Order: sequence, then C-alpha cells, then structure tokens
Amino acid sequence: MIPAAFEYIRADSADAALAALAEHGDEAKLLAGGHSLIPLMRFRLARPEVIVDVGRVDDLKYIRDGGDHLAIGALTRHCDVETSDLVKAEAPLLAAATSHVGDPQVRHRGTIGGSVAHGDPASDIPSVLLAFGATLVAQGPGGEREIAVDDFFTGFLETALEPEEMLTEIRLPKAAGAGWSFQKFNRRAQDWAIVGVSALVRNGSAGIGLVNMDSTPVRAAAAEAAVASGSSPAEAAESAAEGCEPTSDLNASVEYRQHLARVLTRRALEEATG
Amino acid sequence: MEISVKINGEEHRHDVEPRTLLVHYIRDQVGLTGTNIGCDTSSCGACTVHVNGESVKSCTMFAVQADGEEVLTIEGLASNGELHPMQEAFRQCHALQCGYCTPGMVMASVSLLKENPNPTEAEVREGLEGNLCRCTGYHNIVKAVMEVAK
Repeated sequence: MIPAAFEYIRADSADAALAALAEHGDEAKLLAGGHSLIPLMRFRLARPEVIVDVGRVDDLKYIRDGGDHLAIGALTRHCDVETSDLVKAEAPLLAAATSHVGDPQVRHRGTIGGSVAHGDPASDIPSVLLAFGATLVAQGPGGEREIAVDDFFTGFLETALEPEEMLTEIRLPKAAGAGWSFQKFNRRAQDWAIVGVSALVRNGSAGIGLVNMDSTPVRAAAAEAAVASGSSPAEAAESAAEGCEPTSDLNASVEYRQHLARVLTRRALEEATG
Repeated sequence: MEISVKINGEEHRHDVEPRTLLVHYIRDQVGLTGTNIGCDTSSCGACTVHVNGESVKSCTMFAVQADGEEVLTIEGLASNGELHPMQEAFRQCHALQCGYCTPGMVMASVSLLKENPNPTEAEVREGLEGNLCRCTGYHNIVKAVMEVAK
C-alpha cells in the first residue's frame, strides 16, 4: 500500500515549519516520527497535499526540569521518554505508559508530540496527560499559547490545534511521590489497548484518564469525584464508565468496554493507593 | 527528490518520490531484497532494519526521512564471510522454520541486545513483541537471543 503523492517540505526549525504551515494551511500535515500518520496515508485515510517533515527539528527534542513541572519537547521520541531518569523520577506513570506504546521499533521513531497531536482515543499517552492535568504548548502565527489538556481533545482525531499551529511542548506538573498506575488490556502483544487506564493519586485526589472509552481521550470524571469525596477504590471504580460513549467493534462490545473500564480503574486505584 | 543514504557502509544516491517507503527504496532501488515485506501495516516486523543503529520498521518510514542517515540491513550484518553472532545463534538454535520473519527478527534482536545486553527471557519476549513469527517458532528464537547474550 503506497500513499498518495504529496509535496515534501523538510523544515529545519520550528519557524520554518510554521512558515510552511502558514503557506499551505489545511492542505499540510506535520510529519514527526510518522507512526500515526504514515499508516493512515498508506490506507489512504489521509491524503495530505503537503507534508512538512519536522523530524529534524532538534530544538524540540528535550526533557527538562521546569521547576514545578516537567517540560518535554514535542519531538522527543517515545524511547527517550521511556528511558529518561528525569521522567522516571518525576513522572513514573509516563515512563511506564510509554513503555507500552507499540513496540521497540515504533518507540524508536514515534514521538510524544506526534502521538498527542494525533488525538487518537486509543493511544496510551493522552490518558497519562489527562491524569496529570498536563498543559500543552502550541506555537502559531500569533506566537505561543498554552492549552489545558481538558480543552485539547475536541473530536475523533481532532484537537484544539489550528491548522497553522504546531505543538511544541508538553508540561506535566511534577508528581514525585504520588501514587500511580497504568493498566492496559489488549489481546495481542504490541496492540492498541481495548481499554486502558492511567491513574495518578495525590493528597486524596485522583486524576484518571481512559483509553478507548469515547471518541476522544476522556477522564473518568465521576470516579475522580468519588475518590475526592472519600470513596474506596472499589466504590469509585463503579462509576468509571459513567458518561463515556465507547464504540463497539470486533474486539469488544460497548458493555464489555464499560466493564473493562470499571475493572481496570479499580485495579489502577488499588495499585496507586496501595 | 535526491537522497543520499549510507546502506551497509556504502553510500547510495537516488532520486526518489517523497512517497516512496524506505522498504521499497531498499528493495527496489538499491536492490537489497533480504528485507521482507510482511503485513504492510507496521505490525509484523519483517521489514525491520536499523537506522542509525536502532531498529525501525522500514514500511513505516519514507525514504526521504532516511536521507543522510545510516541504514543497516540483514545483508550488512555478516562481515568478511563470517556470520554475525546473532545469525550464527539462529542457525545453531534452529530459530527459523520458513525463514520469512528471520531477517527482521535478527535485526530486532541485535538492536535489543544493544540496548539491554543482559536481558531476562521475559525481556527478550517483550523486546521482540514487534516481530511476528507465524511458524510459532518463538521458543527457539528466544533461545538464540539468550545464547548470544550469555
């Protein structure tokens, strides 16, 4: 399967990428590691006229201590996030979840920013960002803006990023010492989660992000509220699927996904508070 | 677009369409057909090669992304007529049946040991999760990798 033809622009800097996006707007797609975009192009589910390759923008490959938060450049590869001592110390949930993304080959190419900007409800990383209450930094023609993760995922494979904007940084509030757990249920090695759960618990409040439970990455808001009001993990997990509208496919029915969300949320909360 | 890629230590220059996938470039333009195409959907790992020393699935990368980079394929693994230790271990442990997954499996295994020289058996199994063998030969493949790690 060969993608449709496109014009190829290699951007050597974020500014060059933004200039290319400004010129081509909606017709252009950014290519980072390509592990979400290229499969879509091969199936011809995506046919961008212009590809702006940002894979060589080294300025956006970093993991930094930002004081009260961890700052991760959008073009940092999964394998670099997974093995980073700083991530393991300050955000072990992210390191653990990243080690479940695809397989080693995928993690050698795929990037955190590419995964998040793709906005796939079946991806593992957005659930982590929801659990943390992350902030996403985007650059566009008007400069830089910050987007709260709760405002970022707007529809199936759609995000709050404008066609002329580029995701540049992911900020996670530091959570050293917080309880955490990542639960992923799948039937085949390296596969997408049928349902997954990221949980981060500190000072009696929980952030719970769900994988594959709606058309966008979503929180288990009712379960979070239950934890905040003192419910046990088992009680809180009962409401994990509340308000979610998962799809039914050959792997799982709606009811089965709801069941998985409750079971995995209970396990996640038990592990995070245990 | 003209690209220059160092493949198995040798410089190659070709004009490619931007949509050309790395695996098609390696097989059809460079003529190295040891790298197989299996699933065509980034699942099976048959097309695994190294880019700058790390395993990647060459069906999920454009050739233009490899411009200026170093690629190692199965053909470049043996040196001076001597099999690479991983190839030798696959042979000794009978880690192949039909052989179709083997080039990718060997390339993934070499990359795995580079990152984790002393893996447990479980780590080998997990580290090769991106490579499928439909002869169900995993047992001897894992044995071969453990043999090299010894």
